Amino acid sequence: MELITLAHGSGGRITQEIIQNLFFRYLGNPLLNRADDAAVFSTSSRDIAFTTDSFVVQPLFFPGGDIGKLSVCGTVNDLAVCGAQPQYISCGFIIEEGFVQAELIRIVKSMAYWAKKAGVKIVTGDTKVVEKGAADGLFINTSGLGVRRRNLSLGIDKIRPGDKIILSGAIGEHGIAVLSKRKGLAFESEIKSDCAPLNKMLINVLDNTTGVKFMRDATRGGVATVLNEMVLTGDFGILLREKEIPVSEGVRAACELLGLDPLYIANEGKALLVVEPSSEEQVLKLLRQSEYGRKARAVGEVTKDLANKVCLTTAYGARRIIEMLSAEPMPRIC
Amino acid sequence: MCWAVPGKIIDIQDNRATVDIAGLRKQAALDLIAQPRVGDYVLLHAGFAIQKVSEEDASLTIDFFKGRLGR
Amino acid sequence: MIKFVDEYRNPALCLKASEKIKAISKKKIRIMEVCGGHTMAIRKNGLNKLVGGNITFISGPGCPVCVTALQDVDTAIALSKLEGITVCTFGDLFYVPGSSSSLAESKSEGADVRVVYSADDALNLAGRQRDKKVVFISIGFETTAPTAAAAILRAQAEGLDNFYILALNKTMPAALRAILGSGDTKIDALICPGHVSTITGIEIYRFIVEEFKIPCCVCGFEPLDIMTGVYILAGLSEENKAELVNAYKRVVRDEGNKKARSIMREVFEKADAPWRGIGVIPSSGLRLRSPYKRFAARERFNIDVPPAKENPGCICGEVLRGIKRPADCPLFAKTCSPSRPQGACMVSSEGICSAWYKYGD
Repeated sequence: MELITLAHGSGGRITQEIIQNLFFRYLGNPLLNRADDAAVFSTSSRDIAFTTDSFVVQPLFFPGGDIGKLSVCGTVNDLAVCGAQPQYISCGFIIEEGFVQAELIRIVKSMAYWAKKAGVKIVTGDTKVVEKGAADGLFINTSGLGVRRRNLSLGIDKIRPGDKIILSGAIGEHGIAVLSKRKGLAFESEIKSDCAPLNKMLINVLDNTTGVKFMRDATRGGVATVLNEMVLTGDFGILLREKEIPVSEGVRAACELLGLDPLYIANEGKALLVVEPSSEEQVLKLLRQSEYGRKARAVGEVTKDLANKVCLTTAYGARRIIEMLSAEPMPRIC
Repeated sequence: MCWAVPGKIIDIQDNRATVDIAGLRKQAALDLIAQPRVGDYVLLHAGFAIQKVSEEDASLTIDFFKGRLGR
Repeated sequence: MIKFVDEYRNPALCLKASEKIKAISKKKIRIMEVCGGHTMAIRKNGLNKLVGGNITFISGPGCPVCVTALQDVDTAIALSKLEGITVCTFGDLFYVPGSSSSLAESKSEGADVRVVYSADDALNLAGRQRDKKVVFISIGFETTAPTAAAAILRAQAEGLDNFYILALNKTMPAALRAILGSGDTKIDALICPGHVSTITGIEIYRFIVEEFKIPCCVCGFEPLDIMTGVYILAGLSEENKAELVNAYKRVVRDEGNKKARSIMREVFEKADAPWRGIGVIPSSGLRLRSPYKRFAARERFNIDVPPAKENPGCICGEVLRGIKRPADCPLFAKTCSPSRPQGACMVSSEGICSAWYKYGD
């Protein structure tokens, strides 16, 4: 009997398989099959972006955030990377019986704070309570609607060899912050989740330059997963430069300790942009104007060869392949 | 094999140390080390300190190439 | 800056080392790196491309996950399916496929399987969950075995009656002798395990120098450490000298860690052990000594595990012994890949096939 395992949710190759072979197979249509972070469709007067995301993080409170903040920022960012101005959010709560009300209040207050900061309104919602054991404390689903200006065109099909890959900041912080609080792995670090609403930063870029071709937010599975997803559908390759990839000391230390690779660790406040070479400097400058983009860096480029592969040039001049994740990385002792 | 990372002992309670690795703090068991002291650097593997790092010998590998192979 | 790590990652020094190695390396030589950690460090950083065309790296069986017998993996999985048992495992073993399942799959079917970073974590769990039996899957070589031994001693001191280990630990010297003695593989030099040596000391490799006349160098895992070792071994090979060199003095004392060894000997004794792909090697494993038998999961829980079936096309054994390369395997990169591993060389992230697949040759 085939079962769903944790690997199906890790964002890597096995997740891709279930998305293609099950969800797209039965539910597919042109809009879904584009597999963008948000579906963008046109009405008579405007382009609307629509997205959904569910949040099941454990622990619910972690350095730098909580499940509430995540649920608002995650959906805001999915809309923002499609070039849309996020406007309206829905939220559904699935609460486990016995959940402490004071904690729920903290989470909801957090959602209110971050919705205001991002400039979005939560306009509809739902609440369910399930029996003890049926949910891991709390699950939240948020869906979001945003508006995109008509003359914007972003997509993997716009990407060309020579385009530059830009990261909006240092990677791996959310994953490490959450890991540091997991029982059985606990370590203390100053690392805070990078969870943040990126819409204002990205709209600023889109409003002030025309060279952006494609954007994604690098969430679960990390930067490596996003890049591998991109080369799956495109007929190009990607070459990163190890020396350029921004990683904070704390994240590096945690990865050294546990045998993890920052490229595969989740982020919640980082955007990946593919831009025209001539726009590289301008995009970096605009990103760095935002508090969430101060450490933005150009980390690589799109190549004609290496088709469908993501590669990295090491500090020692050698090239290696950055594989698609197969399952959630586990700490190692070997 | 044997993924291990060096860190500095900044605190000792009973037979456990708090080890600092570039700002990250991890608890490590000291059962396998003789006379651990705060300030010692140790090699951390699977939650245990398995040996002290010799600071005098640490420069050997660097000096080897600087000396033998020139700058 | 991660002290005692970053200094050995200096690209400029490594490139200098590369020039010097290429300059002295006249003979074609094969250097075996035993440790999976060395295999990975070499390929991940592309060091195999920096040493020139006369030096070839051969990977040996120093990946404890890779050499864990299929039957033992099946035993761990079977234990996880027992009522009232929590299995604690290092992350390395979590996805390893057994004959028909894995610990990860068993967990998705409802078994209580936890990934831990330390035997100590498993012990603490046993202390907190007195109503459940906690079984720690103890893999690893001499670097890790003392940590399991220390956990057992703590369990005894704390009077814990719900902590057990499945002792799958293995030791290096006997395996090295088996590989070198078989005559299957021609090796000209050996990069000795780095962290195993912090515990054992370096004399365990003396027999390789004296009986097999092969130069040996104990190396660390950073690029500069490995380039140093290669330079030393290339030089010794050129002069036909068989010597034992310790190039990892910052953590390897020639005499090793006596305290760790005595704890290991107090709790464990030598046993014959099955090495996947190689077969049973006498005195190459560890089992609990009689005063500690009550902690042995195998004795306490009657698990009947049928003999394991390997994929007939899999040649992991020959790869582990350095006789064949991953590219020689009919399954490599076809039916066998990191997301669908057929044998242990692929599933462990530091297994030779996994390293080849990810980093290329």
